[in-house]
Amino acid sequence: MAEQIPLVDYLVLGDEPHLVANQCTGCGARFFDRRNACASCGKTEFTKVGIDTTGEVRAFTIVSFAAPGVPVPYVAAMVDCGGTSVRGNLINVAPDPEHVSLGMKVRLATEVIGTDEQGTEAIGFGFEPVGG
Amino acid sequence: MASDDLWILGIHMTKFGKHPDEDLVDLASEAVQGALADGGVTMADMGVIGAGNLMMAQAGIGQQVQKQLGQTGVPVYNVSNACATGATALRVACMAVKSGEADMGLAFGVEKLSGAGLLAGGSRKEESPTWTPSGRYGAVAPIDGRIGTEIMPGVFAQIGMEYGHRYGGTSFELFARISEKNHSHSTLNPKAAYSKKMSLEQIMGDIMIAYPNTRPMCSANCDGAAAAVVVSGAKLKTLSLEQQRRAVKIAASVLTTDPWEESCQILPDVNTLTRNAAVQAYEQAGIGPSDLDLVELHDCFATAELVHYDNLMLCETGGAVDFFNSGATWRDGSMPVNVSGGLESKGHPIGATGIANVWEVATHLRGEAGDRQIVGAKVGLAHVIGLGSACGVHILEKAA
Repeated sequence: MAEQIPLVDYLVLGDEPHLVANQCTGCGARFFDRRNACASCGKTEFTKVGIDTTGEVRAFTIVSFAAPGVPVPYVAAMVDCGGTSVRGNLINVAPDPEHVSLGMKVRLATEVIGTDEQGTEAIGFGFEPVGG
Repeated sequence: MASDDLWILGIHMTKFGKHPDEDLVDLASEAVQGALADGGVTMADMGVIGAGNLMMAQAGIGQQVQKQLGQTGVPVYNVSNACATGATALRVACMAVKSGEADMGLAFGVEKLSGAGLLAGGSRKEESPTWTPSGRYGAVAPIDGRIGTEIMPGVFAQIGMEYGHRYGGTSFELFARISEKNHSHSTLNPKAAYSKKMSLEQIMGDIMIAYPNTRPMCSANCDGAAAAVVVSGAKLKTLSLEQQRRAVKIAASVLTTDPWEESCQILPDVNTLTRNAAVQAYEQAGIGPSDLDLVELHDCFATAELVHYDNLMLCETGGAVDFFNSGATWRDGSMPVNVSGGLESKGHPIGATGIANVWEVATHLRGEAGDRQIVGAKVGLAHVIGLGSACGVHILEKAA
């Protein structure tokens, strides 16, 4: 099997792919990026926490017109994963308003986004309908 | 008038649209000369200059304009604050006059955007031959389009959809009807970039950019400038009765940024900072939303206008859909919103927008808005959002 690398460092691959956040030890605020401090309380200590892999779509858009090189249409969304908001595309679903809806239940899914010159696969993530 | 009040002495907006033969300095100069003439003053009277431009923010537009209109040696603050750039320039003049460092200040904003297309989403560049993590997410490839969207029509689409998820009642057609209102309003505005009435069918049938925003539901890229002269109450008392009569009171001038909220780094939160700015502005002005005769708010997309009815407290919390459906925000309704045509048709030359909306309100308060005059307007509010985020709110009152 080809070597794999996650698209972003907050995606953990393996048997049960999931996202991890930096959680502030002071106030519990969660962030997906590298932190200098907490934007909510200013403290500088964080712990890694796993994020629920199922959630509910709180907002979406179907992008039909994008920057050069970005395939369209695609569904961009904000998903509420057990109280933590996550940005991601909705995948494995037709990108139209008949198949995508506010409040729909989704789960994390991964997909290969490409292979580099060394043969390493980059793995991205999105959310797919549950029981769809 | 109280000595420490702030007033707009002169204000001007260029026609918005395509100005291929005028550069940034030409457009800014036209606005500044118009504002100075309107106020009956000159560059020599200005004690401070706030100069707003986004796309050429490193160019020092304030000094470039001075070099054409008057190098008086006063401090220039070149500002850039996304779509709140113009309001930020105005805040610079307001703060300087309020503090007593100047008794008169100039603010202007200018942008050339005709034909600019999408203004964000460019993070996807050439991909490297081997995956190498970089940036704050350790990304091995560009993420725009792979992990959500960076394009503004898509970001603001989600903001409107989130409101719909929370309170219900939204639909593609509802958002398109908001756009229909603003395009209808624009037919009375000779300074609008686009002043063509559009039917609901035309709007919904146009090119889809980011569902539910079709092209006419997006702000129009165009060229334009606006400028204002701010004066203290003390100084205004020394000027002519005609200058005093046409002066418009700045009853509130507020700028906020977005406080941390759970999801604000996932989908920008344009709600909390707008509500905070509105609360501060109503308190400064000593009025409530029901006292407003007209509102110019930041309809960068039709989906955005809806949420700001709520954020500016023009309606009850959660009641924006019913409020719009009641007809309140049409020009003949109880709370006319974007009678200029809004950013969707008047246009959105980014740096100019936060002063142009103040010009629109001031022009109605002076009774000089021509065919689109809101009769008897005494108090109005101008609002802008710069994503990132910054929110400017100004409340204006007609001179007594």
